[in-house]
Amino acid sequence: MILTVNHVTIYRYDAPMRSAVQSLRLFPARHEGQRLIEWSVEVEGGIRGSSFRDGGGDRIEGWSVRGPLQEVRITARGRVETSDTAGILRGHYEISDPLVYLCDTAATACDENLRKLAADVAAGASGPLDLGHRLSARVSDEVAYMSGSTQSQTTAAEALAQGQGVCQDQAHALIAMARECDLPARYVSGYFYDQGGDLPPDDEASHAWAELWIDGYGWIGFDPANKCCPDARYIRLGSGLDAHDTAPIRGTAQGMGAETMDVSVALKSMQQ
Amino acid sequence: MTEHFNEMYCGGAVREPYARLENWTNAMPAELRQMKQAEAEALFRRIGITFAVYGEGGDPDRLIPFDMFPRVFTQKEWRKLEAGIKQRARALNAFLLDVYGKGEIIKSGRIPARLVYQNAAFERAVMGFTPSCGVFSHIVGVDLVRTGRDDFYVLEDNCRTPSGVSYMLENREIMMRMFPKLFRENRIEPVDGYAEALRRTLASVAPAKCDRDPTLAILTPGHFNSAYYEHSFLADLMGVELVEGPDLFVENGFVWMRTTEGPQKVDVIYRRIDDAFLDPLCFRPDSMLGVPGLMDVYRSGGVSICSAPGAGVADDKAVYTFVPEMVRFYLGEEPILQNVPTWQCSKPDDLKYVLANLPELVVKEVHGSGGYGMLVGPKATKEQIEVFRLKIQEQPENYIAQPTLALSTTPTFVEEGVAPRHVDLRPYCLVGQDVQLVPGGLTRVALTEGSLVVNSSQGGGVKDTWILAE
Repeated sequence: MILTVNHVTIYRYDAPMRSAVQSLRLFPARHEGQRLIEWSVEVEGGIRGSSFRDGGGDRIEGWSVRGPLQEVRITARGRVETSDTAGILRGHYEISDPLVYLCDTAATACDENLRKLAADVAAGASGPLDLGHRLSARVSDEVAYMSGSTQSQTTAAEALAQGQGVCQDQAHALIAMARECDLPARYVSGYFYDQGGDLPPDDEASHAWAELWIDGYGWIGFDPANKCCPDARYIRLGSGLDAHDTAPIRGTAQGMGAETMDVSVALKSMQQ
Repeated sequence: MTEHFNEMYCGGAVREPYARLENWTNAMPAELRQMKQAEAEALFRRIGITFAVYGEGGDPDRLIPFDMFPRVFTQKEWRKLEAGIKQRARALNAFLLDVYGKGEIIKSGRIPARLVYQNAAFERAVMGFTPSCGVFSHIVGVDLVRTGRDDFYVLEDNCRTPSGVSYMLENREIMMRMFPKLFRENRIEPVDGYAEALRRTLASVAPAKCDRDPTLAILTPGHFNSAYYEHSFLADLMGVELVEGPDLFVENGFVWMRTTEGPQKVDVIYRRIDDAFLDPLCFRPDSMLGVPGLMDVYRSGGVSICSAPGAGVADDKAVYTFVPEMVRFYLGEEPILQNVPTWQCSKPDDLKYVLANLPELVVKEVHGSGGYGMLVGPKATKEQIEVFRLKIQEQPENYIAQPTLALSTTPTFVEEGVAPRHVDLRPYCLVGQDVQLVPGGLTRVALTEGSLVVNSSQGGGVKDTWILAE
C-alpha cells in the first residue's frame, strides 16, 4: 500500500516569544514493512539543526526558530510504501538491547490492579507470543476505547481504574503488564490509515501502539485499539519507554505567551 | 580493639616520609600553632571557600575545618596508587562505552543486564552514541582508604562531576604561604598544574566538527549551588567562561554562548549540573538550569559534554562490586587496587549475613551520599542498630554492607596538641586523549576522636596532601 501523509502541527502563542527550539522524531525509519518514497520535515521560518539516529533506530532532528514569533508551524509530509509483516518488526536498524525496555516510567508503573490483571492473563498463556496476544486482547476489554476520556498525563493505572482511554492509555497499560510479565515492551508512535472506517479521519490518523519483545521473533507490534497487529495500514514513526519518551515533537519556546496547539494529520491511500 | 595503621609512627619510629615533620611540630609552641590556625582560617574565609564538599548540603557558609598537619606519601607509594587509579579510570570508561554500545560485558554474563539497563543512572537517550575519544568520564574521583603499610582499598568511584579539587589546590596554596620553610625542606610534587591539565584534557575531547582551537565553558547551576565557588575558581584558573543555562543557546547544530561581541560557538562544556537538568527537551521538562536542544547537538557531534550524560551508571554502589571484573574484562589485567568486600542486601544470602552481623558492619544506602543514612556498626548503639535492621528488612535492595575497615590515621592538630585521626583520600584522575593524575589529592580527616566518618557534614576536615619527589 502507498500512503500519503500530511501532518501539520501548529503552536500558537498569545504574546510574541523570543525564540523556540524543537526536537523532532518525525522520520519513519525503513524496515521490511515500510519504505519511504519521499519525505520532508519543515519548520516554517526555522533553522535546521543537525540530526542523528538514536539507539532505538529513530532519526531525531533539532530545529530552532528566532523570534519574535507568535506561531511555530511544523509540517511532515511524504509518501510511504507499506506492507503487511504480521506485526513483526524486521530489517529495522537499532542497537538498543531489548532489556533496556524493562524500565518502568511514571506512566507505565504497575499498581496492584495492573499487577493482578497481568498475573491473571499470564496464568492462562501457553508461551510468550500467546501471552502477548492475550495481554493485548485483555487491554482492549478492560480499557475501552473512548475518544477524549483521558489526558496526556494519564497513567496506565489510572486508565485501568476508569475502564476507558485512548490509544496512548491502552498502549501504556499493555506495556505496564508486559513488563510485569518480564517481557520487554515499548511505546510506538505512528500513523494509522483507517480504510473507510468509523474513526474521524483527521483526529485518529495519529496513532500509538506497543511493541513487545518475543524471543525467537524479536519486536512484535500489538495494537489494542484496533485489536490487531500492525499491518500495511500502519506507518511507524518511532519508539520509546512511554508516550513522553516517544513524542514526535518536543519543543519549548522562550517568552511569556501562553501556548495552544493544533494538530492535523491527513492520511490517504494511493491504491483504492 | 582493631589496630589502626598510623601513617607517621610505625613500631615506635617515625616513618621516613614524615621524618622532617617531627621537628616541625616539636618546634612549634602552642601559641604559634593557634596563631597559625587562626591565620589559616582567616585566609580561607577571605578567599570565600566555604562550600560543602561533594554536595553534602548543610550550612553553605560554614568553613570546612582545615588541619595544618600535612598528609604525606612517598613517591613509591604514590606510583602504585597512580597506576591503580589510572587502571580503574580506563576500565570504568571502557565499561561505559560498552554498555551504551554493544554490551559485551553483559552478553558475557559478567554483570547482570538489569543492574545496568534498569539502573536509575542509565540514560537510554545516549544508547549507541560514542563520545569524542570514547571517553564518558573525564574526571574520575576515586575515594581511597588505607588500612596498612601496603593496603589500600577503593571505597567508591565518582564518575560524574566529583567536587573538592579546589580544596586540593587551596590547601596547598595556603600551606605554602604560611609555612614556606617546610616546602624548602621537603621536596613535594606540585599540584598547581591541575588547572592546565584539566584544560588540556577538556580541549582534547573537542568534537570532530571543531576545526579550530576549541572554546571551553563551565556550565554551573548558579551561585546558590554549594560548589559554586569551585566552578568559578576553576573557570578563572583555566581562563574559560563560567556560564549558566540561559547564557547558552542552540542553533544550526551547534551550541552558542551569548557574549558582548555576539554569539560565540562553544565546543566543550564542562558541566557541573546533573544529567536530569541538562536539557528540558530530553530530560526533565521542568528544568530551568539547562539548555533546550543541547542533547540533540551533543548526540549529533556538535559539542562535547564532560562528563558525558549517562556516566553515572559506572559509579553506582551496586555496580561498584563489578569494577575489578571490568579491569580484567576490558584491560586483561589484574586490578592493582582492591575493592572493599561488599554484601548486596538484595541477595537473600547476603541479607542473612548482614542482618546477623550488623554490629560489625558498615551499612550504606545504595543511592546515599555524604555519610547520611549510614550505619557504622561498631560505633552504633543497640537502638540505632535495631532501627537500621527494620529499614533493611523493609527495603533490602536499598542497602549494601561492608566490613568496618581499620582506616589509617595521620597526626592531626587537636585541642591538646597532636593526635592520630582517621583519613581517606580522593585523587582526581583526568581522562581525555591521555589518562593523567596530578600528584596529590584531597585528604579528608575525621576530626572527632575515634570517628571513621570523614564527611564534612559529619564533622570532617581537610588536609594538604603531599607526594614526595624522589
